[in-house]
Amino acid sequence: MNVWLEKQRHLIDFTLASLARRKTKNLGLLLAYAVLVFVLASLALFTQALRTEASFVLAGSPEVILQRMVAGRHDLIPPGYIEKIGRIRGVQKQEGRLWGYYYDPVVNANYTFMARPADEVASGSIMVGATLARARGLAAGNVISFRSYSGKLFAFKVSAVLSPDAELLSADLVLLSEADFRAFFEYPAGHYTDIALSVANPQEVRKVAEKLSTTLPDSRPILREEVLRTYQSVFDWREGIMLTVLAGAILAFAILSWEKASGLSAEEKREIGILKAIGWETSDVIRMKMWEGLLISLTAFLLGFIAAYVHVFYFGAAVFEPVLKGWAVLYPRFALVPTVDGLQIATLFFFTIFPYTAAVLVPIWRAAITDPDSVMRA
Amino acid sequence: MIELSQIKKAFNQGQPNEYWALNGIDLTLEAGKVTAFRGPSGSGKTTLLTLVGCLSRPTSGRVRFKGQDISGLPERFLTEIRRQSFGFIFQQFNLIKGLTALENVILPGFPTGRPRAELITAAEEIFEQLKLSHRRTAKVEWLSGGEQQRVAIARALINNPEVIIADEPTANLDTALSREFMAILEGFTAEGKTVLLTSHDPLVVESDAVHRVIGMRMAVWSTTKKPCFSSQQSSPY
Repeated sequence: MNVWLEKQRHLIDFTLASLARRKTKNLGLLLAYAVLVFVLASLALFTQALRTEASFVLAGSPEVILQRMVAGRHDLIPPGYIEKIGRIRGVQKQEGRLWGYYYDPVVNANYTFMARPADEVASGSIMVGATLARARGLAAGNVISFRSYSGKLFAFKVSAVLSPDAELLSADLVLLSEADFRAFFEYPAGHYTDIALSVANPQEVRKVAEKLSTTLPDSRPILREEVLRTYQSVFDWREGIMLTVLAGAILAFAILSWEKASGLSAEEKREIGILKAIGWETSDVIRMKMWEGLLISLTAFLLGFIAAYVHVFYFGAAVFEPVLKGWAVLYPRFALVPTVDGLQIATLFFFTIFPYTAAVLVPIWRAAITDPDSVMRA
Repeated sequence: MIELSQIKKAFNQGQPNEYWALNGIDLTLEAGKVTAFRGPSGSGKTTLLTLVGCLSRPTSGRVRFKGQDISGLPERFLTEIRRQSFGFIFQQFNLIKGLTALENVILPGFPTGRPRAELITAAEEIFEQLKLSHRRTAKVEWLSGGEQQRVAIARALINNPEVIIADEPTANLDTALSREFMAILEGFTAEGKTVLLTSHDPLVVESDAVHRVIGMRMAVWSTTKKPCFSSQQSSPY
């Protein structure tokens, strides 16, 4: 065992000395490889963090949202619908929601207006999302006026700025009382935008959705898990777009790494011949080169991954942010909660270390099995 | 110590450029002596050394080392024998550039798993004998030809082999350095080591340090001041 360990130590010593001897080649390789890992890991970490953030935020949202459809389009919920739902077993609570969009020409952005019960937001006051507050320079106590679609001017006092914790979803949100909402949008009395339903047993959500479709055939139930899945798909899609855009660069880096890793110089081949002639076995040479490959690829992986982690969680993924967060005038500003998925690291590790090792191993094996007498004939 | 019987070695066998470097060699080499193989280029001297030194296998025939037939052994076992029993001094020295003299010398010891400290102590003793201690930390490309050769000699000795194989050891040295090398050779025989070398340098083959000269030619031939042994090789042509 000691002999084996000592041998490995010798091989690592020699490998480190070899790496130091070919500084330019190995540093270039390390850099190209680390950049490759950095790009892939940044994308993976960022989209994973967004997914986690979305799940976290949506965890508090209702299990089912019911929309009414007219001619395949979303329409207002007429009076009487909420009462009908109340008779469906499994539904714990139902609440008519009022929300809509408002275009603010001052900052060229769309806001989401949403009515809240009077005990949360007093009449004449509003609560605004942190991004919106920044865009309009608002703070609690300020007064802001909006011109409604009918041309009337409404003034509201900002009672609070919403917590930045949920800025991903509340970036452009304006919360106001139901009375103010109906007055501002001239919303017909007794009508709602949609209905939010709470279902106590998660196993019953699909069954409740089926019952809703039967009871209210002109409605469309939207499940929370579907919303979550849509978010995931959007992030996946954006990740895909980013990967497609970067495919050329990634491929170039991959080819560069492969080329550098797999190309054995005449000097390296000569060295392998010498080592074999002076008593190294083929397996010693392969093991030594394996150590070399492992040291380079692990270092590059760690460098690339740590750089990606810092880039995503400390600098907000500045390089990929516009594509990955989405296009909007009001960009939510939020700190991503660092989340690292073990499977994701394992996948990235496999797809970066494994091809590298394969790239290194084949030419080394070819060089290592050559007859040692070639050295005598050089 | 080493017996060769009916040794043949072909290169590119079965191809249009097939070449028989050795064609039926019968030879016995004694232990503790210096044997020189002399002959023109292409006479098979180096090929013979590679067969004896377990660097390659004969196409046919038998090589026996201390009574054991080594001609058919798998590569792993040949490497083991080569590492334990043979030390090589190559014509071009074949040192690894970028490493120091000391690092080069201890390289053959790595596969043995001997502790690094022990290898360094052994290397320093050899450097002392070869009067090269002052250059042990210098990178080999900074060394003169003579110093490089002494590093190559030290590397050949690190595993304390019974047989030293030197291929044209003085080809890249001037007369003074060649004489110095022959003096080192005498030291080897004093320690009981067997030395096999190839050379067509008269200074080597006519030296008193060499006990036996074997002439290698396509036809059987040899002439020296010493008792002469010709390889029994017949020309394929």
